[in-house]
Amino acid sequence: MTAPASPAPLVALDAVSKRFPNGTQALAGMALDLRQGEFLTLLGPSGCGKSTVLRLVAGLAEPTQGRVLRPQPRQPGQIGFVFQDATLLPWRTVLGNVALPLRLAGVERTEARERARQSLAPLGLDAFARAYPRELSGGMKMRVAIARALVTRPRLLLMDEPFAALDEITRQRLNDEVLALWQAAGLTVLFVTHSVFEAAYLSSRVVVMTPRPGRAFADIALDQPPRRDEAYRLSEPYRARSAQLSAALHAAMAEGER
Amino acid sequence: MSPARRNARTLVSVLVPLAMLGLFILGWHLLVTLNQIPRYILPGPLDVAGALWSDWPILFPALLVTVQITFAALGLAIVGALVLAVLLVQSRWIELALYPFAVILQVTPVVAVAPLLLIYTPSTQVALLLCAFLVAFFPILANLVQGLKSVDHGLLDLFELCGASRWQTLFALRLPAALPFFMAGLRTGGGLALIAAVVAEFAAGTAGAGSGLAFRLLEAQYRLNMPRLFAALVLLTLTGVVIFAMTSLISHLALRRWHDSALARPR
Repeated sequence: MTAPASPAPLVALDAVSKRFPNGTQALAGMALDLRQGEFLTLLGPSGCGKSTVLRLVAGLAEPTQGRVLRPQPRQPGQIGFVFQDATLLPWRTVLGNVALPLRLAGVERTEARERARQSLAPLGLDAFARAYPRELSGGMKMRVAIARALVTRPRLLLMDEPFAALDEITRQRLNDEVLALWQAAGLTVLFVTHSVFEAAYLSSRVVVMTPRPGRAFADIALDQPPRRDEAYRLSEPYRARSAQLSAALHAAMAEGER
Repeated sequence: MSPARRNARTLVSVLVPLAMLGLFILGWHLLVTLNQIPRYILPGPLDVAGALWSDWPILFPALLVTVQITFAALGLAIVGALVLAVLLVQSRWIELALYPFAVILQVTPVVAVAPLLLIYTPSTQVALLLCAFLVAFFPILANLVQGLKSVDHGLLDLFELCGASRWQTLFALRLPAALPFFMAGLRTGGGLALIAAVVAEFAAGTAGAGSGLAFRLLEAQYRLNMPRLFAALVLLTLTGVVIFAMTSLISHLALRRWHDSALARPR
């Protein structure tokens, strides 16, 4: 399927290579473009440089070679980042954690708290505003991290294997919540996972990466129904998409071993 | 657990140590009276209590001096360690440049420095203060530096992503993250400040109005006034206990809401 005519990409990586000071070549000739409104998933085995791509896009790292186009101007709050762990401040309440990006951007305290409160509601965190992170389950912590990433109303949401450590049921519920947020807020999402099924469920497009050094191996657009639920997980189209992604992933692994 | 049972447990956890302490004092008393040990060798608890009462006009001012030196040293150590720790983690260059001095000062026994300090400082009190400061300073500094450095990398990424300034990162992330480490340093430093204040006064051997408990202790020994020596010792011990209780309480209050060390493990 060809992508429809679309505006200029929001994010673009052009022949990007990244070598770390310890000599590890994480990426070699990685290309990627992400257009407004997409839910793009980077799918690949562990250690293939998926997280490095996110860090480059976020501006937390610079490429050794090649060019990275990021949302411009790069202001704080343009990009929301959800890390592999929830990475919350243990000494702040849920509300304090969610308000943090606003406070760091200089938003006055009461206003920051008010806006943080609004960002708690869609994730069902209202009742936990005054709880401390250690009182929360893994899934709730991750919800707080998502609320925090969205509190500045970013255009782009980066998610680095956010649900890898969660149990299956929590993971599926959070998948649904992220989908709902993406659809409601007109977000652009760049999602990293090594789970074929997660990629098949969430994405409007999947880029499959080869093992280290990582590069884009296949670019697969998925024509998804807007409503996805439990029944969809058991449907034939979902099975077919999973099979297609799984085949592409195996081909990418084989390509990497050659 | 029911409230009644919890109360009973609290009561037991207070009563058992108190009863042990009482038994110990009783045993001490019996040992001294039954064996008719003379006072100048080992005074009984009643003799010590008597000395505490009758020598209070001598002991109390001395206690004040020692406590003053200890707390002033601890306060200076906290401020100094905070400033230096923040400086040290700002740049690798500063750390490299200052590190040798920190190590040299730390490994040199304070008793060996005391005579020098006595020569170079305007008064004995200042020398004692400096000694206690030097000893209390390093555990606090070392813990703080460790704490400021061991911040979760994900959180540092988050702050960078949010465009946080160096100061915001320091105050909203590094310092709070270092708080448990600081508290550990404070508990160590608080105990050491008292020890150093006493040891330095032994080394200085001052006499007269401005002298602290350590000097009174030595003086009592020269005069074979064992009850007073024991009374001075009891006061020093109590001071140490109070310092320990205070630093533990501060640590508990600061960390109780979020840090694992201050929370009971759920069972």
